[in-house]
Amino acid sequence: MIMAKAKPLEEILSYLEGFQRILVLGCNGGVAVCEAGGLKEAEVLASALRIQNMQAGDRRDIQELSLTRQCDKEYLAELKDKMDNYDAVVSLACGAGVQFMAEMYTEKPIFPGVDTCFIGVTEEQGVWTERCQACGQCILAETGGICPIMRCAKRMMNGPCGGSEKGKCEISVLVGRDVDCGWHLIFERLKKLGQIGRFAEPALDKDWTLSRDGGPRLIIREDVRP
Amino acid sequence: MKETITPSRLEKILAAGHWAVTSECGPPRDGRPEIIEKKADLIGDYVDAINVTDNQTAVVRQCSLAACIRIKLKGLEPVLQMVTRDRNRIALQSDLLGATSYGIHNVLCLTGDHQRFGDHASSTNVFDMDSTRLIQTVKMMRDDGRLLSGHEMHEGRPQMFIGAAENPFADPFEIRVMRLAKKVKAGAQFIQTQCIYNMPKFKLWMKLLRDEGLHEKVAILAGLTPMKNVGMAKYMKNRVPGIDVPDDIIKRLAGVPKEKQADEGIQICLEQIEELKQEEGIRGFHVMAIEWEEKVPEIVERAGLYPRPSVN
Amino acid sequence: MSYPTNIRIIKVPCTGRVAIIHLLKAFEKGADGVFVAGCLEGDCHYQSGNLRAKKRVAYARRLLASIGVDPERLAMYNLSAGMGPRFAEIAREMTAKIRELGPFLQPSGRTAAPQATAA
Repeated sequence: MIMAKAKPLEEILSYLEGFQRILVLGCNGGVAVCEAGGLKEAEVLASALRIQNMQAGDRRDIQELSLTRQCDKEYLAELKDKMDNYDAVVSLACGAGVQFMAEMYTEKPIFPGVDTCFIGVTEEQGVWTERCQACGQCILAETGGICPIMRCAKRMMNGPCGGSEKGKCEISVLVGRDVDCGWHLIFERLKKLGQIGRFAEPALDKDWTLSRDGGPRLIIREDVRP
Repeated sequence: MKETITPSRLEKILAAGHWAVTSECGPPRDGRPEIIEKKADLIGDYVDAINVTDNQTAVVRQCSLAACIRIKLKGLEPVLQMVTRDRNRIALQSDLLGATSYGIHNVLCLTGDHQRFGDHASSTNVFDMDSTRLIQTVKMMRDDGRLLSGHEMHEGRPQMFIGAAENPFADPFEIRVMRLAKKVKAGAQFIQTQCIYNMPKFKLWMKLLRDEGLHEKVAILAGLTPMKNVGMAKYMKNRVPGIDVPDDIIKRLAGVPKEKQADEGIQICLEQIEELKQEEGIRGFHVMAIEWEEKVPEIVERAGLYPRPSVN
Repeated sequence: MSYPTNIRIIKVPCTGRVAIIHLLKAFEKGADGVFVAGCLEGDCHYQSGNLRAKKRVAYARRLLASIGVDPERLAMYNLSAGMGPRFAEIAREMTAKIRELGPFLQPSGRTAAPQATAA
């Protein structure tokens, strides 16, 4: 799922200066899973903005709603009749949803309410970690289901590097928490699966045109188009 | 006398069966030309080749290529260190061609410390390739005369002796040998190791290499860094990733008065050299006297490795 | 047992039921101060409801601070159901604190800055 975290309130307030009628728009997709931008979070943000409003003596009108997703036009279209009631929208969707809102409602400023961080998983309630870099050409079959592009800080194809120590990445000391050495994990997994032969061969090159480096990407399925 | 495939002096020394001696120069953090000049002058007569580091620890310094050209123009033998952290395949191949045009014949292929260690931590990193892939690339350019794109160079092909680094002290231990074998398969011809303090662990690594026959396929140069004082030893033990400093080295340095610790550090280094000369598979020494280059001549002389042999 | 009449009590089966939105809504609806009274730590009938409440109160305090509201207006206390006098004491303590901070909204519509009470 796409994981995000809430932007600082001060930042959101700075976007809203000069706007009177505000919609806080949550999304029940990925940002709800990581408790950053779902209905619950939209309610809390709207309430906090109203409290700030009260004490600043402003007469802003702040409302909240949440959509099933903001990355599908059919859900964004549900707002069509309501958009005239607002001067600005704080969208709590991931970057994709915020942009899609802006593309549909071109007359209204759509401000991001969260920082979109990564494609990841829920390790436990309250802890989300990154797993996938969307490189466009998945090699998980060759690495025992552990991704070297994402989990190696140097996205090595022939890891580990000389900084791997006790199963931890050399950046652990810099970021103040233990970061697993992705290649250590891959090695242990391949051993378990009896596939350690992968290490003998230098890995094939990576074609980055399929990733972000190749430019904005697109997928088309003609068979499902109307 | 083994066959050599490049004009590299380092390759020739090794092929002739002599102990090889290399050292390194760190370029300055500004554009002054004289720093590399001075360092090369200090050590040039005492080594077979001089490594120039490439933005080591991700700290911006004068680029390795410029410093290597300077060293080459002095009539000395540079080793171009290249990390894959800051440059993509286009820039790496381009720099290799630039190095070739100046007759630089040695390259050390590295992945590089993560940029968060350095002074520009907010920069992107590149890592288009890793060290193993870079080794393959240099080999392809040299032996097939081709770039990665397939473009053929009829003339001006790099004639480079290819090196890589290995850290015998990093984990997982069992993977280190497999990884070295992979680098050798990719084309690595010489290895400079991370600096050694933990002899038993290093010897175990050497034994594992010998068991695979790798010592005959690649020339291992043992990395050594003399300790200036006990503070340096403690710093390296606790704060530098991948370096293994046993407590008895620290005790030994702490056991002598402060003004004598530098001499003791050199003494430890010399004892290591003598011990490693006995280790089958060791073909030379890579003396990394960081910001202490003036001690290199003394170490080389006292280790009985001076004068350096001449080769054609 | 007597406690100030300015306290409005909202009963919940466990303070773990209290969500951040409830704390904020109380201020929106005109409260000058809010406190959460949960069971003593270790004594929660539902294991850790009061610990969750503690985290949520801490979060809400930070949220309030970020919008310029004195976080002292929101507090958490722990006591057992049988500790009537302690409840009264807490109520008096909280009331005194809020009195000192002043009303959440002044007639001008702005919050009072924390100040020493004259009377």
